[in-house]
Amino acid sequence: MSEILLQIQDLSVEFSGYRGIAKVLDRVSLSLRAGEIFGVVGETGCGKSVMAKSVLRLIPEPPGRITSGRILLRGEDILQADNRRLRTIRGNLVSMIFQEPMSSLNPVFTVGNQMREVLQLHRPLDRHAAETTCIDLLRRVQLPDAASILAKYPHELSGGMRQRVMIAMALSCDPDLLIADEPTTALDVTVQGQVLAILTRLTKEQGVTVLFITHDMGVVAQTCNRVAVMYAGHVVEVAEVTSLFAAPRHPYTKGLMACIPTIDEDRETLASIAGTVPELIAPPPGCRFIARCPHAKAVCNERPGLFSVGPDHFVACHLYRSDRRQEEST
Amino acid sequence: MNPVIDVRHLVKHFPLTGGLLGRKIQLLKAVDGVSLAVARGETLGLVGESGSGKSTVGNCILRLIEPDRGDILLAGQSILTLTGQELRRARRRMQMVFQDPQSSLDPRMTVKKIVGYPLEVHGLAASSAEIADRVAHLLQEVGLSSDHLDRYPHEFSGGQRQRIGIARALITEPDFIIFDEPTSALDVSVQAQILNLIKDLQRRHGYAYLFISHDLTVVRHISHRIAVMYLGTLVESATRKELFDHPAHPYTLALLASAPKPNPLLRQELAVLQGDPPSPVQVPPGCRFHPRCPHAMEICRDTEPEQHNISPTGAASPHLVCCHLYREGHRR
Amino acid sequence: MAIATLRHHPRFRELGLTVKILGRNPLAVAGGIIITAMILLATFAPLLAPFDPIGISLSDRLKPPSGNHFFGTDEMGRDIFSRVLYGARISMVIGLMVVGIAGGLGTLIGATAGFIGGRIDNFIMRLMDVMLSFPSLVLAMALAAAMGPSLTSAVFAVTVVMIPKFARLVRGEALAVREMPYIAAARVSGAKNGWIILHHVIPNCISTVIVLGTLTLGDTILVAASLSFIGLGAQPPTPEWGAMISVGRKFLMDQWWYATFPGLFILVTVIGFNVLGDALRDVLDPRIRR
Repeated sequence: MSEILLQIQDLSVEFSGYRGIAKVLDRVSLSLRAGEIFGVVGETGCGKSVMAKSVLRLIPEPPGRITSGRILLRGEDILQADNRRLRTIRGNLVSMIFQEPMSSLNPVFTVGNQMREVLQLHRPLDRHAAETTCIDLLRRVQLPDAASILAKYPHELSGGMRQRVMIAMALSCDPDLLIADEPTTALDVTVQGQVLAILTRLTKEQGVTVLFITHDMGVVAQTCNRVAVMYAGHVVEVAEVTSLFAAPRHPYTKGLMACIPTIDEDRETLASIAGTVPELIAPPPGCRFIARCPHAKAVCNERPGLFSVGPDHFVACHLYRSDRRQEEST
Repeated sequence: MNPVIDVRHLVKHFPLTGGLLGRKIQLLKAVDGVSLAVARGETLGLVGESGSGKSTVGNCILRLIEPDRGDILLAGQSILTLTGQELRRARRRMQMVFQDPQSSLDPRMTVKKIVGYPLEVHGLAASSAEIADRVAHLLQEVGLSSDHLDRYPHEFSGGQRQRIGIARALITEPDFIIFDEPTSALDVSVQAQILNLIKDLQRRHGYAYLFISHDLTVVRHISHRIAVMYLGTLVESATRKELFDHPAHPYTLALLASAPKPNPLLRQELAVLQGDPPSPVQVPPGCRFHPRCPHAMEICRDTEPEQHNISPTGAASPHLVCCHLYREGHRR
Repeated sequence: MAIATLRHHPRFRELGLTVKILGRNPLAVAGGIIITAMILLATFAPLLAPFDPIGISLSDRLKPPSGNHFFGTDEMGRDIFSRVLYGARISMVIGLMVVGIAGGLGTLIGATAGFIGGRIDNFIMRLMDVMLSFPSLVLAMALAAAMGPSLTSAVFAVTVVMIPKFARLVRGEALAVREMPYIAAARVSGAKNGWIILHHVIPNCISTVIVLGTLTLGDTILVAASLSFIGLGAQPPTPEWGAMISVGRKFLMDQWWYATFPGLFILVTVIGFNVLGDALRDVLDPRIRR
């Protein structure tokens, strides 16, 4: 088994608003192995994006607050890092790409200007060398006419091109970890395909570990090695991607998979999950899926631990509490 | 059967102005000769990526945007010449459900007012008690409760808001409803509920639907026939089964192949197409798809392809493709 | 109808929430207390004032503050405390009238211009720009002078001056509201422009109008007092704060209390409205709200 690169332990994050304090993440634990693409999948408000941002301490405080936990990058707790160390981590060890690349690019500077600035911030390069590196980076994300793109302003590029520029910038300083927060959600499907292909190829070539946040099960299946399913601030299932899709265990994961309309078959009615996501201001004390779960029992008022249900497959559900014998019956 | 809505050769170009004096410098060809028809009880799925002009088609049909050319027939009668009172009367029979349930509901209105005001505007109800009654009834039909009458939109979840939007579209008892990406702002579990509701309503009332979406999987689930748009024109249209069993246009094939399938054992080559869709301001000559097409030939660069019917002889519904690959009368 | 809508319970719930959120903001509470106190003083002035505000008592001329005359007396022996209380009445009424009329008209003008757009918008807004290009006090002075010095002309002048502020703000909001999908939905439902402006555009601009109205109340009181100060507004012996300062100015060296107390009241009132307006802006902003 390969080395653990990132470990999130018991991370809790709260956001305070006018209506109260929302427990957006509640003692979430995950670990990423070096070199893998780790997917985090879940619906709006499940906390996946907040978790991703916490790793780089990008949560706005206030209203947000990290109330407990550790985020260990090669054993070093990012939450304890001082500002100086945090800057080093942000540029050189961990970088991030976002859903809407337009908002992460400054509209009044050219692409070249911004790329060079990022490069020179982290590497001792003169202007000319930086320029050459930029062109090389853009070629690697399959932007062939690199020189002309450097001279353009962000709004002159298409969404797919902007996201490729962002990937180039994110990978320019050889980070160990790349956090991709819904990087293709705003893109058209044909362009999404290109960007996903570039992202997976580049990360493989550079040996970068990726934390891939998405709501799209199809994208997870096509790009990730392992995946965590989140629901209302809890991780409910962690598994190898093949194992998860072959046999989802958590009632929520099962429900979620049944909802997806697939392109290969016709179904008269789609399955759906009854009810709605609980209010995070006053969530249920135990399993947060309890109100919508067809198997809910009294024991579900206690929070389930992560139970092993197979090689590299863990579920936070009391149905799987006893041991692996139950595996057969489900 | 006579179509409820019949759109013929619809054209909409937006002038882009620039310079000090606001000269028209370029044309954005949003819709460039689109024809489609929807019958009672039928759903036509209109698929395309951003910039394909699919939403402009919807907005033109409801005359939220005035088309430049073409004709729109509602139950055989042209609606492009209607004005004032007549137009408002025609609009009662056509409705729309919008993409973003958050911004398509006025945050300052209660559900009762949002759903009920079309009745008020058209003078279709005798009293406010009758309006409340009919709104309550409709809320139940779309899966909400009459307790929700006096609430504001922000007190609902995204899926519930979209149900309110659907109720608003139904209250004037229209014949034809346009859905403009009604589920793209929703989570999958909620999306499934809304799609089921939309289907169910059609089964009960026989509405004609135009379902606009960028997502082929959603369209497949809901449509009887499907039309694929690329840069302002229809490139392919066929029945659902025909389109998915025998997709013909290279663009349709690419759309199908680049949708990531939820099966990790079947790793796809996702980068099916190269490049981005060109901007509708600079439409390529010849076939609009040729710069990205893996099968592009010499003829595609300068000659616009005609529509070819490739359905097997005797098929009830035509399978139309705009592509030079099929010019020699290829039929399946 | 309007009252029925106001009592309508969902709106009450919203109002309750607004008040609750305001209650957590210390500045809002301070502003609210000041304004409430001023309104109470103005309302109950006849009960609270120990003396007749225009009753002359030549034997008590220019007395310093004492247990009998809290704020001293003026050159006619009138009790300044009583005059200041009655002055609060005048200022509040002027403020509310001006903001009510200017806010209403400005909202209507701005909403129409912004929603309809095109030439009508251009014409209306250029007119407003012309009015805005004069400093408000200068324009108000010109108008008041043209109509002859009186309280009525001062109110009229200030109202006219304040209209473009509301119109311009509401127009900006209306431009944004016009593009919202719910406007398209209303069109699809067959609503006419007038109906849409009344039921969609204006209600969605109301919170900014309330904020601007609160901030403008302070401004209005200041401009009205200024007009009186230079003799174009309320005329002596009307107990108007501006007019009082105007006369008191002559005695400022020896009888400091004469101009100081009306001045303090103007200061506190204007600050109260501004602080409350700022807090309201925070609370009514829907982006912050949820």
